[in-house]
Amino acid sequence: MMPDSNKPLLIIAAILLAVPVVALLWLGSYARVEPTLGGFPFFIWYQFLWVFLCAGCTWAAYRVILIARPRRKEFRR
Amino acid sequence: MNTGVNVPALMVLVVLFLLVTVLGFWASNWRRGTHLASLDEWGLGGRTFGTWITWFLLGGDLYTAYTFVAVPAAMFALGSVAGFFAVPYTIILYPIIFVYMARLWSVSYRHGYVTAADFVRGRYGSRGLSLAIAVTGILATMPYIALQLVGIQAVLEVVGLGGAGSIIAKDLPLFIAFALLAAYTYSAGLRAPAVIAFVKDALIYLVIIVAILYLPSKVGGWAHVFEAARAKMTTVNPATGRPAGVFIPSAQAYWAYATLALGSALALFMYPHSITATLSSRSRNTIRRNATILPAYSFVLGLLALLGWVAIAAGTKPIGLDGLPNAQLVIPQLFEDSFPGWFAGVAFAAVAIGALVPAAIMSIAAANTFTRNIYREWVKPNATHAEEANVSKIVSLLVKGFALVFVLTLDKQNAINFQLLGGIWILQTFPAIVFGLYTKWFHRWGLLAGWAGGMIYGTITAYNVINPATGGHFAGSLSLMPVVGQMGYIALTAFAINAITAAVATAILDMAGAPRGEDETSKDDYFADEGDPRVEKRVSTMATMRN
Repeated sequence: MMPDSNKPLLIIAAILLAVPVVALLWLGSYARVEPTLGGFPFFIWYQFLWVFLCAGCTWAAYRVILIARPRRKEFRR
Repeated sequence: MNTGVNVPALMVLVVLFLLVTVLGFWASNWRRGTHLASLDEWGLGGRTFGTWITWFLLGGDLYTAYTFVAVPAAMFALGSVAGFFAVPYTIILYPIIFVYMARLWSVSYRHGYVTAADFVRGRYGSRGLSLAIAVTGILATMPYIALQLVGIQAVLEVVGLGGAGSIIAKDLPLFIAFALLAAYTYSAGLRAPAVIAFVKDALIYLVIIVAILYLPSKVGGWAHVFEAARAKMTTVNPATGRPAGVFIPSAQAYWAYATLALGSALALFMYPHSITATLSSRSRNTIRRNATILPAYSFVLGLLALLGWVAIAAGTKPIGLDGLPNAQLVIPQLFEDSFPGWFAGVAFAAVAIGALVPAAIMSIAAANTFTRNIYREWVKPNATHAEEANVSKIVSLLVKGFALVFVLTLDKQNAINFQLLGGIWILQTFPAIVFGLYTKWFHRWGLLAGWAGGMIYGTITAYNVINPATGGHFAGSLSLMPVVGQMGYIALTAFAINAITAAVATAILDMAGAPRGEDETSKDDYFADEGDPRVEKRVSTMATMRN
């Protein structure tokens, strides 16, 4: 038996998890020097920015999954 | 530079090293269960670690000393494709493991699995596939342990120890460090690296933050750092007629950068030491909460990578005690050149202690794998929990001894080559483990065929990567990808071959009516959480501990 789950919410969580992966594997969107930020090339600071964005997305996905798939009261076989 | 011993740095290094040694032995009493005489206690810390302990443990485990030495060294010597890919790698790692590691935790908790090969055995009822997974895990881990020693060696060399005179004086410090590590790992098991990880991570954060705030202004600011890196990377090397490295990847390098990041991210949690640290956590969601807070280490790793370019601007000359240039020494050398002795000592201790945590967890994980999936499976099926723990403790010593011999007798390059191969190999266990968490469609022999195909392709392809300057083999992890027609990470190509082979072979085997193994797991097992009942089985062995 699968635990009860809310499909639309699980899809939202999946999107939240997929966004950082797609963003960072899409090199064409960020492999350049300009605009620089405090001397840092865009290529460098953009990836640092994603450390925080990705942590945010993952945390959001976690909260969504807690709602989408609540802990069962009793274990069933 | 490299003449003589840096006394203040050495004293700080020794003091901090003694501190973690004391902590390591003390750890056997920390959060202690009823007794250490089972693999759950010795090898998984009683499966009781909460979110924060797991954060320190995984952080200390995944971000190894070798990483701290090799990533900036790659940035220094070859630039961003070889070095900075570690940043997207360790970012996308977390959404990826978020998806499947909780399931692996749940099914392992229900069935008392200690290793990935335990799960494969239970899921597919296949001893052969389980053995393949176990052997791959051990083979991939061994050179990784050896490379932790290379991290310690780099520090000792810059401090001025080793290299001089007799073979005993040369390697004695490394030998003592490893003997102490072996002793407290033997007595305290996974609790030792869990406690030491607190010290390691605190030192790493301290050192990197101080370095990143202080060093760039000292060498003329970040703009100058990036200009120096760009100048070095775009200069054409007369020997090869190509640029020295990559400053920012051009369109031809996109696939290389992206496949290195993705392939490494998929591979990392297939390593036994990652799985051990995950399974030692208390609940299903511990690993998910950790996926949201572990990126803090990725940030630090990115800063550390940039120190490789700071070293270019600072004009650091990493010369080994043998008088030859050695890029691996660049970070320790940068610290020795830029900081007072005592703070350089703190930095060196961070690297050296940073080597101990992963080395301990890796040797425990390799030992657990040997015990569960080779010793108990093939040698002594009715081994008790106490026997398992004993075998594992002894094997953890042997594993470390082997790594020491490996590093002391063979050229370092061998360890690096095998580590490169290890990354390719370990990804070939992904289909059996992760696909298996979601579906039992794949046939056990189909997965075995896929594994074999991926291993063979990956090994041969990696061997055939030739260094244009020296003509040596294993010169990198990139090769031409079929179909795509671009350079990409060999491990990911091998993985694709593996998955396709497994699927095709499954279809053929099912048509031929080849027998499938018995699946001992049920769908609900993949969602089990802390406090849920565990499956009672193999009564003779389980009865001694599960009460």
